[in-house]
Amino acid sequence: MNGNSKNLLGNLIEFRDVSYHINDIPGRAIISGVSLAVPLGETLVLLGRSGSGKTTLLRLINAMYLPSQGDVLVQGRRTVEWDPIRLRRGIGYVIQEAGLFPHFTVAENVGLVPSLEKWDRQRVTARVRELLRLVGLDSAEFADRRPRELSGGQRQRVGVARALAADPPILLMDEPFGALDPVTRAELQREFKALAQRLQKTIVFVTHDLREALALASRIVLLDAGRIVAVAPPQEFLRIEHPEVRAFVASLEAVPGAPV
Amino acid sequence: MNASSSYWSFFAEHRAEILSATADHLLLVVIAMLIAMATAVPLGMFIVQRPALRAASIGIANIFQTIPSLALFGLLIPIPFIGGIGRRTAIVALVLYALLPILRNTYVGLSGIDPAVLEAAEAMGMTSTQILFRVRFPLALSVILAGIRTATIITIGVATIAAEIGAGGLGTFIFRGVALVSDSLILAGAMPAALLALLVDFLLGLLERRLKVA
Repeated sequence: MNGNSKNLLGNLIEFRDVSYHINDIPGRAIISGVSLAVPLGETLVLLGRSGSGKTTLLRLINAMYLPSQGDVLVQGRRTVEWDPIRLRRGIGYVIQEAGLFPHFTVAENVGLVPSLEKWDRQRVTARVRELLRLVGLDSAEFADRRPRELSGGQRQRVGVARALAADPPILLMDEPFGALDPVTRAELQREFKALAQRLQKTIVFVTHDLREALALASRIVLLDAGRIVAVAPPQEFLRIEHPEVRAFVASLEAVPGAPV
Repeated sequence: MNASSSYWSFFAEHRAEILSATADHLLLVVIAMLIAMATAVPLGMFIVQRPALRAASIGIANIFQTIPSLALFGLLIPIPFIGGIGRRTAIVALVLYALLPILRNTYVGLSGIDPAVLEAAEAMGMTSTQILFRVRFPLALSVILAGIRTATIITIGVATIAAEIGAGGLGTFIFRGVALVSDSLILAGAMPAALLALLVDFLLGLLERRLKVA
């Protein structure tokens, strides 16, 4: 199934018939025949069960994996042609549990990519302050703390700030709110959605939670066993008659009285 | 005559010699440890990214550590250039002995980093050299230091035996004391050696806790 194949010039990320298998053994395909285009400013949510290939698809974008077949294009250029370091410095990355550097302060974590990019120190400091404010953390209070002195929600905010540090056009997020308690998760989702709209980033967001997908996505892509089985905006998505879509919708309805 | 007071008077009389033997001993340990660290830490960093070399290098270091210390001295003596009687042979043996704990801990420390942290580092566009020196190494430092601490304690102990091949140090008193059946002489070597080991263990332990992250 094809994503949106018109408007090619505006696509920041594009998958062209991409397959990926470990050690190039075609029988063990993790991703098979994926074609998908992500236009500028979209929040694309990759939804699927564990092992459906969501994270693999995400890692194909920043060249942590290279496709076994087909091409992944970022800003019109194949990932195999990109210098992976340059490519990744232009793509923000947020993961579950944040993956903050435990030996760095919050400020050092957030300022890492700008420092790697050799910004001068004052500019880094100013940028860190700006970003912490953006994610709702008081710089005076948090800048010098270590990650272990933060709550899960605060850590995830720092993770988002770190990903945005060098103002990358693309943001990849791998279940960033997955390890948070439901109340904090809902809070961060709400704030993140507002932030995403304001910053006009192109975002690819991985989750196994349909509720989260509905809350954040401009389009939902459902993956099953490494293949795309459905692509649709949230409201249309709920009406698709594919069995895997129905399975996810049923998971929502499993909670009596839960709003859909 | 009261036994303990006779030890004390012996210590007091031979204070200068005991101090100089302690200094010799310490020098032997410091030289051996510097060489061992300069070898094992970089080697450990090297094998983290080369699994093929890991088993071989840790295996070889393990062999040296398994050979009884006196036998290792004996095996080294006939070897030209590094062998013979004296301090040089002793240092070579001490280095070989100290390699394994440092190498093993360097490897374990560097490879035991939280995968999420390494994933983030890679995804943020750090080069593998930057990841090694700015992420892996600082996070592994306390584990590496624990290996250095173990190696230092072993070296202080084995260095007493090195006196047997003419390397000097506190072992000289012990072996002479055994030959002359003199408890005072034995203790003049054994007590400072034991205190040295305890003190170094304590100080390095302090440093290790200091460097521990999270």
